[in-house]
Amino acid sequence: MPFTPPPVDDVLAALTDRFGGIESSVFRGQTRVIVPAEQAFEMLGVLKDHGFDLLVDVTCVDYLEYRDAPMQMPACAGHRYGLVYLLASTTTNQRLTVRVFVDDPEPTVPSVVSLWEAANWLEREVWDLFGIRFEGHPDLRRLVMPEEFTAHPLRKDYPLQGRGERHNFPVITRDHS
Amino acid sequence: MSIAPPTYESFRVPEAATRSEDYLWTLNFGPQHPATHTTLRIVLKLEGERVVDALPEMGYLHSGFEKLGEHLTFNQYVTVTDRMNYISPMANNVGWHHAVETLLGIELTPRCKVIRTIIAELARISDHLLSNGAVGLDTGAFTFFLYGFYQREVIYDIFETLCGARFTNSYTRVGGLSDDATPLVIEKIRAFVKTFPKTLNDMERLLTRNRIFVDRTKGVGVLTKDEAIHRGATGPVARASGVTRDLRKDEPYLAYADYDFKVCCATAGDCYARYLVRMEELRESLRIVSQAIENIPAGPVNVGIDERTALPTKQQVYSTIEGTISHFELSMSNRGFEVPYEESYAATEAPNGELGFYLAGDGNDTAYRARCRPPSVLHFAMFPHLIRGHTLSDVVAVLGSLNIIAAELDR
Amino acid sequence: MAVADGAKLQLPENVVVSRLDALASWCRKNSLWPMPFATACCGIELMATGASKHDLARFGAEVFRFSPRQCDLMIVAGRVVMKMLPVLQRIWLQMHEPKWCISMGACASTGGVFDTYAVVQGIDRFIPVDMYVPGCPPRPEQLIQAIIDLQDKIQREGTITGREFDTASRQARKRALVEIVNPMALDASRNPVLQRELAAEAESFVAGS
Repeated sequence: MPFTPPPVDDVLAALTDRFGGIESSVFRGQTRVIVPAEQAFEMLGVLKDHGFDLLVDVTCVDYLEYRDAPMQMPACAGHRYGLVYLLASTTTNQRLTVRVFVDDPEPTVPSVVSLWEAANWLEREVWDLFGIRFEGHPDLRRLVMPEEFTAHPLRKDYPLQGRGERHNFPVITRDHS
Repeated sequence: MSIAPPTYESFRVPEAATRSEDYLWTLNFGPQHPATHTTLRIVLKLEGERVVDALPEMGYLHSGFEKLGEHLTFNQYVTVTDRMNYISPMANNVGWHHAVETLLGIELTPRCKVIRTIIAELARISDHLLSNGAVGLDTGAFTFFLYGFYQREVIYDIFETLCGARFTNSYTRVGGLSDDATPLVIEKIRAFVKTFPKTLNDMERLLTRNRIFVDRTKGVGVLTKDEAIHRGATGPVARASGVTRDLRKDEPYLAYADYDFKVCCATAGDCYARYLVRMEELRESLRIVSQAIENIPAGPVNVGIDERTALPTKQQVYSTIEGTISHFELSMSNRGFEVPYEESYAATEAPNGELGFYLAGDGNDTAYRARCRPPSVLHFAMFPHLIRGHTLSDVVAVLGSLNIIAAELDR
Repeated sequence: MAVADGAKLQLPENVVVSRLDALASWCRKNSLWPMPFATACCGIELMATGASKHDLARFGAEVFRFSPRQCDLMIVAGRVVMKMLPVLQRIWLQMHEPKWCISMGACASTGGVFDTYAVVQGIDRFIPVDMYVPGCPPRPEQLIQAIIDLQDKIQREGTITGREFDTASRQARKRALVEIVNPMALDASRNPVLQRELAAEAESFVAGS
């Protein structure tokens, strides 16, 4: 059987005590918790204190073209961006996925750089590719695209081949060089 | 002389550098540089030879892999995953299909698991040989690099006999592999297992107690255990700092639970410790391969027809109706297999660290979102922290020991 | 001593006669120092070509200098993205003449698998390229064959003063594809001029029949 990580019921119980009801679900052994954007920073701080010391990934899914598909996760209905925080514990090997949903225009989330330094570049990449601002980030600039690039490429309304930016350069022929 | 490390602002806004740092020299370790690590850029602020600060910049190889994942099917995207960590492409293939099969909930056949374990460990050997080779080359040890490269050619020969390509193999498929392992490949792997330890001993004799190498790498780029976890390091970089996390033991996948091997850790956290951890991991990988090669279970290598994910054998296609239907469903372009409308994350222990894929499915066999979690990004982000206070010549040693692969970094 | 009226010139054994261009080309082709502009996976095959099993040094490419001022052959191995292209152009301009360029691999020649927003679809759109090596990645033997072919090209076309690099008409921009610059020009629904012309044509057709 494929490996399932150790259960996180104790952590979920602690979160429910602190914040009231939280939505959670389990798929293929992985627990997902859905958190509103205002409580995100506080809840992630509580999770860090509970032993989730390794921030594995910060990423985002753009649900622009997903709305017609049947929703197994009703909480993401209607929202455009679903941020994903993947947490792990090096001591107990537990894993937890935290989802935060934000919308257009001006999607903004508080930054978690003060909790995990690993979030520094991961959040920069989400800003670069999706356009989600992180408040409190010490240095929010583009990471993978050139600085003068204006669009956010991984959004669903940006075409795969781009809008002509890739060939907008001067040509050097044999006589120049 | 102690100077507070400047913040990022002082790099970008000249007026902010009104302190005594005006005499510091900015050196651009540009995207084209003599170290064997491809396109990444570091802007160094030097006081003589000492590095006061470093500003790393990436993106010089960003090719839109994640956007491509939304347009290619799972079996087509494996060709793109090859080109991520191009030093050990088999490990990326195994990682990608591990994530896809977790999303789909497919259980592999025992033979497939063992073969995938063998090729993942051979890829780990290949990666560590080149990674340590690059550390050697950048610090001046050319012979070590060439010995490592010759052993990699032997591994390339094994992969070529197995699936036709030296590297960028795209060997795995959803539910199995593209081709089964023939007896010739098994013989070649046995021969490799027999001859590799001698070369490994030779290579260790060249560098491990070499006074020059030890002086160049000991105490350089120290990463403490807390900093490693705080900054998200995984793999040999974290294990050299004392973090005992290895996904092969902590979250066993494929056939790793059946084999006896050690997790190699060190406590010093400097470049020398990372070099030693990788050399030990080479021996442990060889142990796993030699255990696995003795005991490959017989049986089919792809999952059965009922799963409707792997192509059936020709005999099944021509003689049974389920085989014909399954072949039709998989080969026609507007059909394919059912994927749940769900999201999942699965990680494997790639040679560089925790390589994970976060997949969102939307019904058909093209992912809605295929995110690759690359270990190199977090290691490169740690670079300024490791290099402050060291000299310019340590920059290449630290960069080599972190094993940053630009294609995995930028995707 | 030279003898006129058709008799063959008798030379001692240790004298060779040739054109100056051919001699210069022979020297240049046999000591091509590559500058590896290795970006991605093809870079590993480039390193493997330089390593001990397929040795590139036997063909004169003894040193892989990483400084453009010391090289004459730029091997672009791997995909070039738009963030990297100005760097590539600057390094090409820093190299001294005579210089040649090999575009190694599918990604450098045409963009390869990556037809995405970030990857340049072929460096020959922006740099003059002399030899293309197909493959993903090309085997080391293919790269060696490309260098041998480039050596033949240098021998055939090389001049001592580098005249072959000056002629704009001979070295016209090589493009694998001709891009349609303005796709809206062919789309009648967005191009009012085209719409009017088509309407006039349709009218004249109806009137004529």
